[in-house]
Amino acid sequence: MIELNDVSKWYGAFQVLTDCTTSVAKGDVVVVCGPSGSGKSTLIKTVNGLEPFQKGSITVDGIAVNDPKTNLSKLRARIGMVFQNFELFPHLSIRQNLTIAQVKVLGRSEEEAAERGLKYLDRVGLIAQKDKFPGQLSGGQQQRVAIARALSMDPIAMLFDEPTSALDPEMINEVLDVMVGLAQDGMTMMVVTHEMGFAKKVANRVIFMDKGLIVEDCTKESFFGTPRSERACDFLAKIIH
Amino acid sequence: MDLRIFLEQVPDDDVTWAQMLLSGLEWTLAVAFFAWIVAFVLGSLVGIMRTTDKRWLVRLGGAYVELFRNIPLLVQFFLWYYVVPDLVPGLKSWVITLDPTWHQFGTAVVCLAFFTSSRIAEQVRSGIQSLPRGQRNAGYALGLTQMQTYRYVLLPMAYRIIIPPLTSELMNLIKNTAVAYSIGLVELFFRTREMGEATFRYFEAFGAATVIYIVIAMTANRVMAFIERRVAVPGYIAGGK
Amino acid sequence: MGDLDFEVIGRTLPYLWTGLQYTLKLTLTAAVGGVIFGTLLAMARLSSIKPLAMLAAAYVNLMRSIPLLLVIFWFYFLVPVILQTITGAERPVQLGADRSAYITFIMFEAAFFCEIMRAGIQSIPKGQVNAGFALGFTYWQSMKLIILPQAFRNMLPILLTQTIVLFQDVSLVSLLNVTDFVGAAVKIAQRDSRVLEMYLFVAVVYFLLSFSLSTAVKQLQKRIAIIR
Repeated sequence: MIELNDVSKWYGAFQVLTDCTTSVAKGDVVVVCGPSGSGKSTLIKTVNGLEPFQKGSITVDGIAVNDPKTNLSKLRARIGMVFQNFELFPHLSIRQNLTIAQVKVLGRSEEEAAERGLKYLDRVGLIAQKDKFPGQLSGGQQQRVAIARALSMDPIAMLFDEPTSALDPEMINEVLDVMVGLAQDGMTMMVVTHEMGFAKKVANRVIFMDKGLIVEDCTKESFFGTPRSERACDFLAKIIH
Repeated sequence: MDLRIFLEQVPDDDVTWAQMLLSGLEWTLAVAFFAWIVAFVLGSLVGIMRTTDKRWLVRLGGAYVELFRNIPLLVQFFLWYYVVPDLVPGLKSWVITLDPTWHQFGTAVVCLAFFTSSRIAEQVRSGIQSLPRGQRNAGYALGLTQMQTYRYVLLPMAYRIIIPPLTSELMNLIKNTAVAYSIGLVELFFRTREMGEATFRYFEAFGAATVIYIVIAMTANRVMAFIERRVAVPGYIAGGK
Repeated sequence: MGDLDFEVIGRTLPYLWTGLQYTLKLTLTAAVGGVIFGTLLAMARLSSIKPLAMLAAAYVNLMRSIPLLLVIFWFYFLVPVILQTITGAERPVQLGADRSAYITFIMFEAAFFCEIMRAGIQSIPKGQVNAGFALGFTYWQSMKLIILPQAFRNMLPILLTQTIVLFQDVSLVSLLNVTDFVGAAVKIAQRDSRVLEMYLFVAVVYFLLSFSLSTAVKQLQKRIAIIR
């Protein structure tokens, strides 16, 4: 479904990603972890073209992301993304946040978009908030709406960039529960996160990055059981307490 | 101080001084109205240009802003009125056929429009740049094109944010119409001076003008405050329900 | 395009230079005087003596609501009358437009510098004031030694930008027949029928001066940002 081949990226002279190669098959739930500055957020943003890259190739469902002929807008409509800072549109109501891209990008009618959007809003447990505005919701609620917004586009895969890092501790679980539900329903997911509990529960693969390199790329069991690299061991020791 | 002077007839005419001043006020408001509309459109375009990722657009917009920012308004008036018709082929012969007042009015609108637009451009630019980077990414991630992202995500919030500095600009524009007096436009300041020189009642004349300008300023302020309240986003900063 | 003769600029340079000198002198005086008076106004606005605060606010709002041209003309007429009452003379003390302009611009710019300094003072954390009081400083001492130095340094780029605006605003005195830079150029343009050349020259000189000054201010801002 998602293939990365030798992806390298530079900011000026500074290399942030080095020869990253991996793939995410349909139904996979891949967790990407690593210390700050390891490039994990940058990597996930290259998948839907939000971050350009200078070397290598990425294909999503057969379509090359860095091919100039690719219609990026259409491609992005098929991949859902959830951001660390939720990024709901503050001037639009929750309902409007859910429908705007469906209408403007997918060409659905307002009624159809509203129906679909509200269905997903209900699924994340927030149907009662449909006429409120993002500023009136808590962080955890906003993030769940953001997930519903991405789901309303009926994506083939979902990308999560540290979805719980900006949340107060008591709200992390409500968001993780939604994500677990998604995984169990068979959604293809690539998740950048520090939440190892989530990884242990639903991930089937774990990628560990350090300084722009993919250091570990293995099944969940072998990552948590016997990681091969020292860096990964260090990291695990520090965060699992 | 004798307020009856306002009811006296203007020499060589059958209007009173009060009516003269009011006619000046009409010209002031007319110039401000048209100049504001053009300035807003032009300024928005240049401001948006300055926030794209195309370096040549950013530079072009920058040159535009610097040009109108670094020359005194009075000198700009002189340039538009005396110099531009000579430099643009055909313009001078057309301008000569115009009634002087329309020539002055047109010059005043054009001059103030360009002058004010460069300042509005800077405010639009800073409004857009003050939005979190994630908002743009969120728009793109949903599949919105760059133009759609500006239209539905960035600009609605940017314009709300810059309502206070835009209010200042509007008030500046109204005050700057007085400089059109230098090219002979019969706006409020011109008429005020005329009344002072004809009747030697400078105190009453300038007093009236001061009161009128204050009233205009307060009105503009109230209107913008009303607009700000009407478009406030619920839950965003301190504004809204 | 007709026959352009830029030689006229070379011939009249000394006269233009006198005009520019007046402009620069007026700008500098108004900037320094305006900042001093403006800072006092800012402190008045922030003071707890209600009538004082209201008076200062009214003054600032008035100056910011009416056109500068109107302010210039007001002072041109009022200053002689005020001087008459102060000195007890028989008739209003005639001050040339070029001299009353100094008072005008100091008073006018003070309103704008007041708002800038007020923002600067308010941005200093309350903790600083408290620390000063805890050490035993009086209000004036903490202002002078702690708050104002910091506020001034923080606001310096904005104060300088406002000075560049002032530099351009000064050109309006030419409409009162004062021989500032624009006034000098206008007189030559009318006398020698060289309107195009003179106005273009004035525009170019203003552009070069303002642009270099604002670029210098931007550099200053970068250096201050690094230090902080």
